[in-house]
Amino acid sequence: MSLLSRLRKKKSAIPDGLWIKCQNCGEIIYSKTLNEANKLCPKCGYHYIFSARERIALLCDENSFVEQDKNMTPGDPLKFVDSVAYPERQARHSKKSGESEAVVTGTAKMNNIPIAIGVMDFSYIGGTMGSVVGEKITRLIETAIDKKLPVLISSASGGVRMQEAIIGLMQMAKTSAALYKLKQAKLPFISLLTNPTTGGTTASFASLGDVIIAEPKSLICFAGPRVIKQTIRQDLPEGFQTAEFLLEHGIIDMVVPRPEMKETITKILCYFLHLPIEKQNEENSSKIES
Amino acid sequence: MLTYDFEKPIVELEKKITELQKYADEVQIDASEELQSLQNKREIVCKQIYDDLTPYQRVQVARHPNRPYTLDYINMICDDFVELHGDRRFSDDQALIGGLATIDGRQIMIVGHQKGRDTKDNIKRNFGMANPEGYRKAMRLFEMADKFNLPILALIDTPGAYPGIGAEERGQAEAIAVNLREMMGIGTPVVCVVIGEGGSGGALGIGIGNRVLIMENSYYTVISPEGCAAILFRDAARAADAANAMRITAKYLLEFGIVEDIIPEPIGGAHRDHELAAKLFKEKIVKHFEELSEMTPDELRESRYQKFRKVGVFNETQEPE
Repeated sequence: MSLLSRLRKKKSAIPDGLWIKCQNCGEIIYSKTLNEANKLCPKCGYHYIFSARERIALLCDENSFVEQDKNMTPGDPLKFVDSVAYPERQARHSKKSGESEAVVTGTAKMNNIPIAIGVMDFSYIGGTMGSVVGEKITRLIETAIDKKLPVLISSASGGVRMQEAIIGLMQMAKTSAALYKLKQAKLPFISLLTNPTTGGTTASFASLGDVIIAEPKSLICFAGPRVIKQTIRQDLPEGFQTAEFLLEHGIIDMVVPRPEMKETITKILCYFLHLPIEKQNEENSSKIES
Repeated sequence: MLTYDFEKPIVELEKKITELQKYADEVQIDASEELQSLQNKREIVCKQIYDDLTPYQRVQVARHPNRPYTLDYINMICDDFVELHGDRRFSDDQALIGGLATIDGRQIMIVGHQKGRDTKDNIKRNFGMANPEGYRKAMRLFEMADKFNLPILALIDTPGAYPGIGAEERGQAEAIAVNLREMMGIGTPVVCVVIGEGGSGGALGIGIGNRVLIMENSYYTVISPEGCAAILFRDAARAADAANAMRITAKYLLEFGIVEDIIPEPIGGAHRDHELAAKLFKEKIVKHFEELSEMTPDELRESRYQKFRKVGVFNETQEPE
């Protein structure tokens, strides 16, 4: 291993080595410990990026998730080539992430409440939104309207996928349009923002939740910090565009740590669906502990 | 007037015409025949160059400082205009304006990005980059149009929504997102026209129309060619390559079904002849409003929904039962 790649490895967000150094507090963590603790630093609680499957396991009742549209794969409408051709980039990220696209959607139960759930996976081309993400999220919302289910979407996204250019951009309109119909149907939409949620994803469905929840310290923005810095030629305020900053400015409803996420969302859904709260928790307390 | 490198043959012919005119005046000879032939040649050269513009050259034309802006079109095509101000929450965004207007006796609501012509004006207009309050004002006017049964004309001309600290603090993303959702609910005809730059979410934020049109030398893109080049090609100087790769010009947008129609421009671009540009513009929008005028509010909402619902290119294999 060259020195360069060794350095790169040290810097990566989810290192696959045996021991890793926390990118927030510098604590040396045994990687198995990190994985067992919902990818939270045992010392400072820093939230490492979760895969779509890890989040589904965290939020959905065991074996309740039924995936939909799992055979949908991206096209290459523009025959786009940058440093690599788009189909090759798709293949690489598919291999790297184990996913066929940047979102996993389906129906599931959350503490026995049936929900429609979509979870973005940042490891597939930076969780960017192209036609597949747009279509799967739109169909998820349509499923929810059809089956009268609340919708939960967990975002982690670099924005619209440049390789699909204008067709990618239009997915913002498509997903938001579907949410217009969900709103007409008076069904709840909980938007969960995780590190990072940016660009066109933030400027469409992710900002349209009846309730918007973010994980601690997540970067959530429309324009990225680098773009803003270049435009205004000033240093950015401390903590700018973090979940906590957004909470302070009235952009989101709450910042919730990962271990409390399922119970928090369940409780909110209970209010929207007029379900008794304590009963839900009691029934499922055993499952949560396991 | 600012001219581009690719316009050199046009500039040279124009220079010749001016010189000949001046000489003919001085020595008092009739050069009308020669002048006419030079004019004809200029037209042909101009048309050739503009027919064959590369995508990035078209981006440059779309950004030309003499290109007609929203208020120019309003002044040229409207019999009346009453500007309305403010988002009722924070301020009045000068980069995204709107108001009540009359075109050929038709009463409508116009909303559009507004750029400045000079530095002072551009500071006021923030170079056509709206803040959240601009998008919220636009939505207020869209809802007003819906309430009073007025068709909507939205003119898109922005490098993008403003990327600033205040914009983020006041919810730029939410302001745009809400427009994308709520514009679906408008029960009157909505015609959107990209008149210059169609910069990403900032353009889309007023771009949910029953018809989306684009002027011949405009572009509509997910990210500026320079931004795309910096990220994907790791070199901002490769903007022309990025402009090619992203297929951002009118021709492609029509092919992809993103726009329904292209508004032709005067030979050599809208900036060379505002009056003619406005005439061509007016003809098209009147035609599209006319076509939409027979539809019921529900039909308008549903057809607008379907227009955006169908966009996407992907592969799907049948799931085994």
